[in-house]
Amino acid sequence: MARALIHMPATAKRGEVIEIRALIGHPMETGYRVGADGKLLARDIIRSFVCRYNGEQIFGAELHQAISANPYIAFFTQVTESGTLEFKWDGDNGFTHTETMTLTVSAT
Amino acid sequence: MKRLLLGCLLIAGVVQAADERRSGAEFMSPATQAMQRDDAQNPAMLWTAAGEAQWNAVAGSSAKSCASCHGDARTSMRGVAARYPALDAGSGQVVNLGQRINICRERKQQAAPWKLESEELLGMEAYVAMQSRGMPVTPPQDAATQAAAARGKQQYFQRIGQLNLSCAQCHDQQWGKRLAGSTIPQAHASAYPTYRLEWQGMGSLQRRLRNCMSGVRAEVPHFGAKELVELEAWLALRDQGMKMETPGVRP
Repeated sequence: MARALIHMPATAKRGEVIEIRALIGHPMETGYRVGADGKLLARDIIRSFVCRYNGEQIFGAELHQAISANPYIAFFTQVTESGTLEFKWDGDNGFTHTETMTLTVSAT
Repeated sequence: MKRLLLGCLLIAGVVQAADERRSGAEFMSPATQAMQRDDAQNPAMLWTAAGEAQWNAVAGSSAKSCASCHGDARTSMRGVAARYPALDAGSGQVVNLGQRINICRERKQQAAPWKLESEELLGMEAYVAMQSRGMPVTPPQDAATQAAAARGKQQYFQRIGQLNLSCAQCHDQQWGKRLAGSTIPQAHASAYPTYRLEWQGMGSLQRRLRNCMSGVRAEVPHFGAKELVELEAWLALRDQGMKMETPGVRP
C-alpha cells in the first residue's frame, strides 16, 4: 500500500505563490545492490512524478536510481483559481499512486 | 560591580552544571535538524500516518480497535511513551513500548502480535510515542523497573566484543568527537523510533543498540531480548527530564 503525504495550504489568494510538498513512501531499490544470496535485487523505483492543477500540468519530475527512499519533492506554484490538484507517481512494476487535494481561492 | 559580575559567573556556572546532556539532534547538520523539526518534511510521518490508521482499524477476534478502548490517542496516549520501559503487571516483566503494544494486541484484541521491528509495529510505536512529543522522559519508580534499569546500567559500563568497548567509553567519554565520518552523540534515546537516513527507513531503539553491538564485534541479542529492554530502561533513567522528540530523524 502506497502512503503519501501532501502539505499545501487549503486556501490562498489569487496570484499568491504557494509551496507544495509531496512525500511518498517507496523503497527506491536501485537495481545495483545485491541481496543476502549474492544476486542482484531487481530495480524498483518511481520513474515520474507529475502535478496537475485543474488538469493542466504545473510540475513534473523524472526520478532515477540516485534518489533516496521515500522521495520528498517540494515546489512552488502561482494560484489562479479554485480547483483540485492531482499528484501522480508512476514507477517500476506497475507502481502508480494518485493523490488529490482541493484548493479554495479567494478573490483578493 | 564586582559582586554583580561574580553573581553572573555563578549563575552561568550553575546553568552549565545543571545539564550537560544534549540530544543527538544537536549534533546533526542544520538540514537534518530542519527535517526533524518540520512535520511536512519528516519522512517518519509516513509511519505515524500508518500508525494512526491502525489505531482506528479493527483487529483480531475481539473485533476491537485500539480506539475502542483507548479513545483518541492524542489525549489518551499523551505522556505514555515517556514512561516506558515499564512493568507489565500481567506477566511481571519489564517491557518496552513495542512489547506493550503487542501485549494489548494479544490479550485485548485477540490478534496475532506484530513481528518485532515490522513496519506495522514501528508505525504504531511512533504514533503512540509522538503523542508525548515535547514532554519530559519520566521513567517509572517501581522496584522492578528500577532493578531492570540497574542491570541495564551495568551493561552500559560493561566492556563487550572483540573491540572490548563499553557504551560509556564512546558515549560518555568521547562524545562530540568523530568516529569515522560521524559525530559521536551522547546516546540519548528520547527520539526513538527514528527515521534514520542511513537506514532509509524507520527503526527502533533496539535496532540502534544492536547496530552498536555488532559495531564493537559483540554477540548481538535478538530483538525483544531482556538485555536490550534493560538497556532501554537504563537509557530512559539516564534521559530523565529530557524532552521526547519522537518521531526523530537521525543521519
